[in-house]
Amino acid sequence: MSQAVGINFKKSSIDALIAGFLALILFGPIVGVLLDGYKFDFEFDRVAWIVAIVAVGRFAVSSFFQTEKGVAMAFRYANNNEGATVLAPNHKSKMVWIIPLVIAVGLLIPFVASKYVLTVVILGLIYVLLGLGLNIVVGLAGLLDLGFVGFYAIGAYGLALGYENLGLGFWSMLPIAAILAAVAGAILGFPVLRMHGDYLAIVTLGFGEIIRLVLTNWASFTHGPNGISAPLPTLFGLEFKRRSRDGETFHEFFNLPYDSAYKYMFIYIVLFAVVWAVLFIKHRLVKMPIGRAWEALREDEIACRSLGLNHVLVKLSAFMLGASTGGLAGVFFATYQGFINPSSFTFFESALILAIVVLGGMGSTLGVVIAAFFLTVLPEMLREFAEYRVLMFGILMVVMMIWKPRGIVRVTRTGFAPRKGAVK
Amino acid sequence: MSQEHVLKVENLVMHFGGIKALNDVNFDIQRGSVSALIGPNGAGKTTVFNCLTGFYKATGGKITLSAGGKETSVIKVLGEPFQPADFFSPVAFVRRLKYKMFGGSHLVNRAGLARTFQNIRLFKEMSVVENLLVAQHMRVNRSLIAGILNTKAYQKAEEEALERVFYWLGVVDLVDSANRLAGELSYGQQRRLEIARAMCTNPEIVCLDEPAAGLNPSETEALTKMIRVLRDEHNTTVLLIEHDMGMVMDISDYIVVLDHGEVIAKGGPDDIKNNPKVIAAYLGAEEDDEEVTL
Repeated sequence: MSQAVGINFKKSSIDALIAGFLALILFGPIVGVLLDGYKFDFEFDRVAWIVAIVAVGRFAVSSFFQTEKGVAMAFRYANNNEGATVLAPNHKSKMVWIIPLVIAVGLLIPFVASKYVLTVVILGLIYVLLGLGLNIVVGLAGLLDLGFVGFYAIGAYGLALGYENLGLGFWSMLPIAAILAAVAGAILGFPVLRMHGDYLAIVTLGFGEIIRLVLTNWASFTHGPNGISAPLPTLFGLEFKRRSRDGETFHEFFNLPYDSAYKYMFIYIVLFAVVWAVLFIKHRLVKMPIGRAWEALREDEIACRSLGLNHVLVKLSAFMLGASTGGLAGVFFATYQGFINPSSFTFFESALILAIVVLGGMGSTLGVVIAAFFLTVLPEMLREFAEYRVLMFGILMVVMMIWKPRGIVRVTRTGFAPRKGAVK
Repeated sequence: MSQEHVLKVENLVMHFGGIKALNDVNFDIQRGSVSALIGPNGAGKTTVFNCLTGFYKATGGKITLSAGGKETSVIKVLGEPFQPADFFSPVAFVRRLKYKMFGGSHLVNRAGLARTFQNIRLFKEMSVVENLLVAQHMRVNRSLIAGILNTKAYQKAEEEALERVFYWLGVVDLVDSANRLAGELSYGQQRRLEIARAMCTNPEIVCLDEPAAGLNPSETEALTKMIRVLRDEHNTTVLLIEHDMGMVMDISDYIVVLDHGEVIAKGGPDDIKNNPKVIAAYLGAEEDDEEVTL
């Protein structure tokens, strides 16, 4: 890249001419010929505009890629197959500035956004939780889990059934559901510890389906396909309903007119806090011995065993912590929907969560957050193309795997400043 | 058994289906020595290693590791099948069940035996420092709560671990590469890093599987020096498999020669050099060629 960078306008002009000619062939018949009953009219000016726009655009792009910046960019995108990078020991993350900004914006959202936008953002945050949970299992520990939706279902049904049978509300079920899901993770984890890769994926896929089928068919307990209603969260005993059978409601206590958006605002704020807590714990875990052990297990299980790591416990801990995060997400999903049935927990959900992890970059926290929002908010924005959503989703995955097989955000590793060595 | 032998192998037998890889292998490793396990290709050297380090469960025999002030039976910690007597003795039953469920080669390492691999097995996508931190898993503060809250005790344990990391990086001459990915290192550097990683688990005996394979003569010489440092400054017993005879004869105090799954000779380098059985194993049965020296 040391050679003098001059823009070769001849090359740009040729590129522009070829692009313009191709646009003429493509758009000429489509745009230029307009049917009018049994005859047709030629619309030359429309074609001319389109061809001109394409040619000028191509000229601009071609020129840009001959400048220094453009060459650097092309170089960067041509070499995207590299793995992780190690940061310098004194690296200062830009996150120090970005995180407070995101928190401030996030806290403003419920007061400025409409109810619809708020529900979409809540759904996005639920998928962030799911993505973070699966990221521990797939991204860090390298155990391909296709049944993650099972833990999500356990969390959601835990809230609904706990309320119905034991009278437990949102706040008591939040930790209990996490523990329940972790126990389910251990039950799943134990028999599959000796499996890797494809075999593990098939067994976990079966686990997810078992949970869904039990929920569908055990009608006397779960109400089967009819579904079951889930309670709303309460603020120190104040309910977010229009009228309360026992005690006061939120709007009565604060002398406000009733608005159904209040409950979403409250769910949003609680969820926002929980997501940040999980992000913080996740951030710490990666740097802790347990996080290192997960990653080492992903890299080489035999070497792990030769270093005294109990691979059984390392795998189980990954399954359990991942599952408990999925359980938390399930509780929020149930309380936000107010009603759940087994059709919310199909294999497609598992595939979507896995797509979030793969798209975001295995093991990258930031990538998972971005991908979770992208994959939940985008379908909402493309409501008109609802039938093509899965098709678009597939194309996106293929394109990503070709251009950025390591995910959106590249994994970075902490650098350590050299110091004086010592052994006791 | 006396404390003088760190490792005692008695009547070790290993069968893979009908193939008898090891037949009645016996040897002892003296504490604080450098011992070598040599033999022609396919003699069963790596099989012996895998049995010692718990990666294979031996078909029969006894392997006793006396390190850290106690004796460990390598075969027992891997989990043995239940015996009829276990069903009458709950203590024995529980112990066997425990080893069956949670036993494995990691217990051999925790008992004080570390190893390296013939085909290098580093954590390639992790940095050099992280590779050595993983090896200290059993020596750092693993409490989840302490780690998440980043307590003083946790920070102190991590700092000590890092000091040990940089000490061992100094020994293997990799301090400059501390913040590179392990997979990016050159072959010789990866070999040295793997030895440092094994040493970070604080073993009493370290088993090196062909440490000089693929190294040039000057690197081999540096490796020889390093192995002496392990023995003399860290009181570590070294057991190695090696094909580079110059290095083996130079460094070893004791040599065990294997052929077709049997020990054909053991003793000091000078005995082995002149042992007719060893010469026959390496060069074929005709012993009329007098000039052969190893």
